[in-house]
Amino acid sequence: MIRFDKVTKRFPDGTEALKDITLDLPARQLTAIIGPSGCGKTTLMKMVNKLENPTAGAIYIDDEPITGMDEVKLRRSIGYVIQRIGLFPHMTIADNVSLVPKLLNWPADKTDERSRELLQLVGLDPDVFMERYPLELSGGQQQRVGVVRALAGDPNIVLMDEPFSALDPISREQLQDELRHLQQEIHKTIIFVTHDMDEALKIADTIVVMKDGQVEQIGTPQQLIDEPANEFVRNFIGTERINQKRSFGERRLKEFVSLYETDWAGEAEPAEAGMSVGDAHQLLEQSGKPRLAVVDKGEVVGFAGERELLRAALQTGKGATA
Amino acid sequence: MNAFVDTLISRQDMIQDAFIEHIYLSFVAVAIGIAIALPTGVIIARYRRFAEPVIGVTAIFQTIPSLALFGFLVPILGIGSPTALIALIIYALLPILRNTYAGIVGVDGSTIEAGRGMGMTRTQILRQIELPLALPFIMAGVRTATVLTVGIATLATFVGAGGLGDIIYRGLQSYNNSLVLAGALPVALLAIGFDLILKWIEKRATPKGLKI
Repeated sequence: MIRFDKVTKRFPDGTEALKDITLDLPARQLTAIIGPSGCGKTTLMKMVNKLENPTAGAIYIDDEPITGMDEVKLRRSIGYVIQRIGLFPHMTIADNVSLVPKLLNWPADKTDERSRELLQLVGLDPDVFMERYPLELSGGQQQRVGVVRALAGDPNIVLMDEPFSALDPISREQLQDELRHLQQEIHKTIIFVTHDMDEALKIADTIVVMKDGQVEQIGTPQQLIDEPANEFVRNFIGTERINQKRSFGERRLKEFVSLYETDWAGEAEPAEAGMSVGDAHQLLEQSGKPRLAVVDKGEVVGFAGERELLRAALQTGKGATA
Repeated sequence: MNAFVDTLISRQDMIQDAFIEHIYLSFVAVAIGIAIALPTGVIIARYRRFAEPVIGVTAIFQTIPSLALFGFLVPILGIGSPTALIALIIYALLPILRNTYAGIVGVDGSTIEAGRGMGMTRTQILRQIELPLALPFIMAGVRTATVLTVGIATLATFVGAGGLGDIIYRGLQSYNNSLVLAGALPVALLAIGFDLILKWIEKRATPKGLKI
């Protein structure tokens, strides 16, 4: 478990990136830290491997304060994946992947075995890829190697700084799915920084929503949607999802009837059950009414509000994963 | 043409000696130039606030006309090959220093960040990431410095350090064009030869993964 205890970060120019943050990140889970740019999410993550140091407060890994730990040693025990991939272009894939094991002085055969096993796990044939160079690979393949490299030293904790945001949408979706599957096998403590709510909802066990250096809410994806702690979280989930309708997809309202409320006494805007979830969400926004009355063959089959539509959208996302 | 061949044959020994002296002067100057400029480049790439002044000083050296520089040094260091060497080293510094600095500074920040985040020490980052990736630039600097030095080394004759400049100077004094040519031609060949060899090394020095 990673614990932040009253952590404050003030940069030399006086800006406060983090304001008195106390936070527990669960072990062996994937935690997404999300928020608008400049909210301090990356700074928070970089404190775990001491790329940033707190101005005040302390950070504990398994109840041990990291303040006194040797930073090089600490970093070798923590996987790290960055947004711009950062593979070493002059080294083969094998050399890139085996970098941390070599720093840790693993025996050569163990290093080799581990590299092969991990490459296999992300769908890159070791016999084909080990001797290639990063520039010979596509962006998606490169970042797969980036993930493998972070896992090579068998760390308990892996930090990922918007690892998929530089990729094209298709590779991004693929890598998100793969990470999800990978995590089910390896159960690492993964801290995943993102600004993409779709991504967070899709892959995270726990989501930390941040704004202006403060934590607005921490909870499971479902909790965030069901009980957003405040207007900001509600908007952040909502607006993000309206802006990026990807996950709303083209699935129809009628597919999610089980999610809807059966009773509603207030105002409701009628909506055809054949309408896509995305369009329905827009209709709800435009109507200004609190609910949509979902009409299937002339009969009202349920009432759907923002929350229900978001749930439906979340399931659409998960559905695409399966 | 005949006269030129005759000169080559009759002055064979002298030309040979001068040729070897010339190679010696250029080679030693570049070697010492590398020994000074490479570490300096590495240091100013790490402490960047020193980069401007240090490169500035070497750039000022570069602007001193070469003949004048040899002249300046004689009253201080007397005549002989040390004086010539020092002048040549001063000229070799800038290209090597500037390219080393630019090469290291030009290494993609994301690879450095990745290295740091994975727990590489600064020395490991320098040796395993920065220097290999900067090597093609450094080699290009060495190449420029070498060609430059081979040319300027002809002036070593004025401080009594020998080299092919001796032959050219003698030819000029005795209005013997064949002799001038017998000195100038080897200088040109030497410069071209060094350039080709170093170009080849530069190519070899480019990490394989970057040639894709």
